[in-house]
Amino acid sequence: MKFLPVLLWSDALIWFLAIAGTILGALSWRNAPLRAAWRRVGSSRTGMASATLLSVFLLVGLLDSLHYRPRLESGGQDQPVAYAVEVLSLLDAIAAPLRTRNEKTYSAPLATRAYAKESIEVVDADGRVHAERVFPRLKFGGAHLGNDEGKRAEDVLRRVLSAGGLAFGLLGLVSFGVSIWLARGQKVSPGQSWRLIWKGETEFAWNAVLITLGALLLVLLPVLALCVDYHVFGTDKVGQDVFYQILKSVRTALVIGLVTTLVTLPLAIGLGVLAGYFRGWVDDVIQYLYTTLSSIPGVLLIAAAVLMMQVIIDTHPQWFSTAAERADLRLLALCFILGLTSWTGLCRLLRGETLKLRELEYIQAAQAFGVADLRILLRHILPNLMHIVIIALVMDFSNLVLAEAVLSYVGIGVDPTMISFGTMINNARMELAREPMVWWSLAAAFAFMFALVLAANLFADVVRDAFDPRTAGAS
Amino acid sequence: MRAVRSFFLMLLLTLAACGSEQNDPYPTSERGQSIFYSAFTERPKHLDPAQSYTEDESIFTAQIYEPPLQYHYLKRPYTLVAGTAERVPEPLFLDARGNPLPPEAPSSLVVSSVYEVRIKPGILYQPHPAFATDGNGRLLYAELDAKALRGIDALADFPVTGTRELTADDYIYQIKRLAHPRLHSPIFGMMAAHIVGLKEFGETLALASREQPDAWLDLDRFPLEGVTRVDRYTYRVRLTGRYPQFLYWLAMPFFAPVPREADRFYSQPGMAEKNLTLDWYPVGTGPYMLTENNPNSRMVLSRNPNFRRETYPCEGDDGDSESGLLKDCGKPLPLIETAVFTREKESIPYWNKFLQGYYDASGISSDSFDQAVRLSVGGDVQLSDDMRERGIRLLTSVRASTFYMGFNMLDPVVGGKSGVGEERARKLRQALSIAIDQEEFISIFMNGRGIAAMSPLPPGLFGYEEGEAGINPVVYAWKNGRAQRKSVDEAKKLLAEAGWPNGRDAKTGEPLVLNLDTTSGGMGDKSRLDWLIRQFGKLDIQLVVRATDFNRFQEKLRKGAVQIYFLGWNADYPDPENFFFLLSGSEGQIAHGGENKSNYANAEYDRLFVEMKDMGNTPERLKIVRRMKHILQHDAPWIFGFHPKSYTLGHAWLHNRKPNDVANNILKYQRIDVAERVLRRHEWNAPVLWPLVFLGVGLVFLIVPAVIAYRRRERSIARSTSEH
Amino acid sequence: MFAYLLRRLLYAIPILLGVNLITFALFFVVNTPDDMARMQLGVKRVTPEAIEKWKTERGYDKPLFLNPAVSGVGVVTDTIFFAKSARMFVGDFGRAEDGRDITREIGLRMGPSLAIALPTFILGLFVTVSFALLLAFFRATYLDFWGVVLCVAMMSISGLFYIIGGQYLVSKLWRLVPISGYAVGLDAWKFLILPVVIGVISGVGASTRWYRTIFLEEIGKDYVRTARAKGLSEPTVLFRHVLRNAMIPILTGVVVVIPLLFMGSLLTESFFGIPGLGSYTIDAIQAQDFAVVRAMVFIGSGLYIAGLILTDISYTFVDPRIRFDR
Repeated sequence: MKFLPVLLWSDALIWFLAIAGTILGALSWRNAPLRAAWRRVGSSRTGMASATLLSVFLLVGLLDSLHYRPRLESGGQDQPVAYAVEVLSLLDAIAAPLRTRNEKTYSAPLATRAYAKESIEVVDADGRVHAERVFPRLKFGGAHLGNDEGKRAEDVLRRVLSAGGLAFGLLGLVSFGVSIWLARGQKVSPGQSWRLIWKGETEFAWNAVLITLGALLLVLLPVLALCVDYHVFGTDKVGQDVFYQILKSVRTALVIGLVTTLVTLPLAIGLGVLAGYFRGWVDDVIQYLYTTLSSIPGVLLIAAAVLMMQVIIDTHPQWFSTAAERADLRLLALCFILGLTSWTGLCRLLRGETLKLRELEYIQAAQAFGVADLRILLRHILPNLMHIVIIALVMDFSNLVLAEAVLSYVGIGVDPTMISFGTMINNARMELAREPMVWWSLAAAFAFMFALVLAANLFADVVRDAFDPRTAGAS
Repeated sequence: MRAVRSFFLMLLLTLAACGSEQNDPYPTSERGQSIFYSAFTERPKHLDPAQSYTEDESIFTAQIYEPPLQYHYLKRPYTLVAGTAERVPEPLFLDARGNPLPPEAPSSLVVSSVYEVRIKPGILYQPHPAFATDGNGRLLYAELDAKALRGIDALADFPVTGTRELTADDYIYQIKRLAHPRLHSPIFGMMAAHIVGLKEFGETLALASREQPDAWLDLDRFPLEGVTRVDRYTYRVRLTGRYPQFLYWLAMPFFAPVPREADRFYSQPGMAEKNLTLDWYPVGTGPYMLTENNPNSRMVLSRNPNFRRETYPCEGDDGDSESGLLKDCGKPLPLIETAVFTREKESIPYWNKFLQGYYDASGISSDSFDQAVRLSVGGDVQLSDDMRERGIRLLTSVRASTFYMGFNMLDPVVGGKSGVGEERARKLRQALSIAIDQEEFISIFMNGRGIAAMSPLPPGLFGYEEGEAGINPVVYAWKNGRAQRKSVDEAKKLLAEAGWPNGRDAKTGEPLVLNLDTTSGGMGDKSRLDWLIRQFGKLDIQLVVRATDFNRFQEKLRKGAVQIYFLGWNADYPDPENFFFLLSGSEGQIAHGGENKSNYANAEYDRLFVEMKDMGNTPERLKIVRRMKHILQHDAPWIFGFHPKSYTLGHAWLHNRKPNDVANNILKYQRIDVAERVLRRHEWNAPVLWPLVFLGVGLVFLIVPAVIAYRRRERSIARSTSEH
Repeated sequence: MFAYLLRRLLYAIPILLGVNLITFALFFVVNTPDDMARMQLGVKRVTPEAIEKWKTERGYDKPLFLNPAVSGVGVVTDTIFFAKSARMFVGDFGRAEDGRDITREIGLRMGPSLAIALPTFILGLFVTVSFALLLAFFRATYLDFWGVVLCVAMMSISGLFYIIGGQYLVSKLWRLVPISGYAVGLDAWKFLILPVVIGVISGVGASTRWYRTIFLEEIGKDYVRTARAKGLSEPTVLFRHVLRNAMIPILTGVVVVIPLLFMGSLLTESFFGIPGLGSYTIDAIQAQDFAVVRAMVFIGSGLYIAGLILTDISYTFVDPRIRFDR
């Protein structure tokens, strides 16, 4: 084999979440009110536009969650097969040109020359060597131009235009496909369904999806066309492509935003429902637990917990065969800690709701008939709490992504070797003080983080409006 | 909307209050005064001269406390001159029977050496309540109780202050304080090995302290064998054997005077609860005294009105006269009235405030470096044009410190013993020494602010050699009149000889994986890690980096649980011994709990070290130092990294600055041209007002349609409700 | 009422004990007393004896939670945990590792923290409530729509960017205010204006959106329609009825944080060089000064509980129907 598959813990969890999410989605489809709510989400244009954007991020994240160790080139045939300690992902393999083509240090977006002057030895005609201060040519950025650096603008424009044309073509193709597919389902002519889509008269907000898709293609395709031969967002201090770092940050953000809920949910649902349903001493104990936890200032609790986890990781180097595994465990531990500190709010909500639910007549009746508590909890209480859980899930996501940035900035976030939005900002903030200013790392991190969080927030809004019984009727 | 309007109003008010220099962080009353402004990043932990050991603290302690000796401000190499002492003492060597020996006597005969320090009479302490007396000469504040302390929160709340003449007893008192069980002086362990009787003295004190855990320990009640008072102005220190470096210690605040009155004053019950301790309110004879102590934001040093007469030096190095460093010759020191230090944790504000003229001097962080400095054709550093137009001056010096990547010699792979074998391990280390391109590291991460190290010794120290003689022959070749790093191919060849061709074990085919331990702040920064991994990758070696917090890193070093680590060392004093001891076998971390974190032990090197240690700077010593360097270069227990250069910038109005890495009591020599500063600050800090105007106009554009919409809506709602 | 308060106050004790226990557990897994000693004694030339001495002196040589060597009550009392936490309940936080009295230090640093937090809080509340009312007034128009979009966009920007960007523009490019620093008394305003404005702006998005939902919910209720039908003007309806009735949900969120304002803000304080409790906490975490971290956690939890009690009390003021004596 050319590679050794590596299953990192976070990979396993991410894929588990992806599969579980699909199954849960299918299950909730069977529940009529939830299905109606999902329909409402589907018909919302904002919701579907943000969902499209989110799914692109998700795709990047999932591609980055299939890891392997490449095989080392062996000198002779008799040597045993050995694998590198470096752990790569499918995304790394796809983005290999971005990952491997490092410059020496800073270069501006689309630059062909470095950002700072360097002394280079020049051999004069008489054979003497003298040093000269020049902006050195980049090793990779725009290297295909050869000596025709002046043609850069032309080259860039050509690529952007052809990629843009391709984007339009693709968009047309996809819309055509969709309208044919819709036409078959609804038994109308493709032309009719085409008109329905663009007038926004389909039940599902196809027009929003297609427009977002088009916009995404219009942005992404030129970027992709350019990133092969240029550094689209420049390079950082050690010459690494910023676009590559952005791609890698996506997964970190997703893991933080999603895996954390794996810790939050069981705790919040389990304890919240128990407290609300059984009341009495169970309620007292659980209330004590969450009041105590939530009364500790969050950052302090997280800081202490992160430091503690670091000690455990440091004292057991034998657990990890690669640095990636170590960083991965640290990331998971961060999720775990964030989860431990953030379940209290949801738990309180669920407890309150359960308190209300158990007073309802049909549950009282079920209790009177001697139906087992567990059965009542599973059949009657839990499904009626699902909307709160779903709302909390989507609302938390963006907050967690933002929290990661701040925590990494303070130095208690992800492993410093792991690329994340937080570490990018942390590394880039000093660059603003440079003259000339190095703005691209920060700007790129800002733009992509903003896009991700904005999409998540908008989606969360739509989901909340659709699921919250108080507002669902209004919209 | 009202909020928006009020915000706008507030901005307008700000504008109205605007003169120029709206961004002046200091009170207006301070403008135009002879005040030196600077910043500190780390809050000082200790200001007690027995405890303070870091550079952040010596910014303050060195101006307040005066040890008997000091370094000459201008002369290089660093020369010790008299401080409060009359002259630099000459040691007297004694044999086993206490008879004096000639200075050139062999070390084996010297059983002890005696330093007699004679201080100048008439030196006075700064005004301080501990010295305050009533009419009869009795101390006013020596027996305070809780009642007397009520209403007193700071030192300034004591109405009366006094002073006293400096005596030899104060110096003796401080030497005794080094052994104080409640003070934990960092140099106690080391000094106990040198000063006769200090160790026993410490034990006696510990016993006494245990008997009366809360009471004040009057150190004068306990005699210290090795330190004696000769007369009011003279004391003697007796050391075991020869220890010529002792003179350097006599120039550090550890050996500054501490008056017994002050110790007693601060030990009164109730003082410590109010943070009134010697650790926070130092008492000294130096040119400055600490008048405001708020380590969270602001420390202020003011001129000590009782300061002895000391004048600006009249002789210096070549070139000092041309650069105007001798202009103030003979003027009484200090030249600046007050120094204000502001806490600045983040480097961006620090740098920007310097550029705006609100700090008089600044170090340069790596990231603002490009802005300030450009490298000239010849490779030497010059200020950028913008900076030069502003009149900013640059001071460069190579610091007496070294950074290195150490190998743990007890490790089976990189150390070789009980593992792959010493010869293989040595070749591996040599290959790595070549492969890790320190020059590139310096240029990327330090903006050229450093020089690649050839041995542990930084420039400026005895034994450092320039040119071909000084290069590390394992790593460099001398070509075209300069040192050139050997090629990666040669490193690969060495690696193949060591038994790992292409990074794979020649026999088993296992890839070579090495582990580097570091702190997340030091090498652990992501970009540095990436760079390092690439360096190891040149030899196809897989590098695993384990970055941890500082405590954990230290613990790993202590347990020898590292393979490769990254560390640095700052010299205590400018002597090769202070660097070579880091690799001496007797300092082995595992074996002896010492400073030799690599656990390197080489019999020949150790023998030479013992020999070199106590010698004066003679040609023979140079010969030994060379031998030792060669052993280290060949064995490569460290990958010699670099010696950082310190670059400090000073504004045009700050005069008499000369880079100095050993001495810290440099504030008293500096001078400020206040008028120039006022002018420049005014010129540089004109506020830009158009954004405010722009904001205002923008708000109007927002508000007008909003008001129109409001009217329309109100009408429509009224209509719709009336239709109901 | 009184009995209720007393009950709540008594309930605070087990919570504070629990908080203490958690901090202890977390901190001492990280840091053995040996580590703390090394951290405090510095790196250069530290001997094992010096560490032992340091530990004995600060009382870190005892067992953590249980001392089996002693008999009777001593099993619990002769431990680090008891020695270090018992005194906190009477307000004595001991000394930081640098020898300074923590209670005193906290007193000193509370001022700067409040000087930032209080104006940010009041101004922020004022701005967001007005903005939310405005949006509610323009509900279902394009103004409302874009207002909400603006809010969502603003809350999608990491707080770090607000600070970095604001400092860069206002202080560096435009030179309108000092970049960082702090002064006592009236001089402080020029240091405070930027962090306060940034603080307000970074909080506007989330709060406005939240308040808007509350207002809209209130507007949908019958009494509002009745009021409008009576011919009251829209602003009167909004201010008289909607705002007052929306107070309860707003209070729940707001009153809880008032006591926590004392804790200061970690990020703002360290960026703007303000010597408040936030930067004290950060320093303590970085220096692993356990005494300070423990004290800050203790105070933080205390203040949180105080916030909860305050919330309950404030309900009775806003809505006289709520009573606590059952």
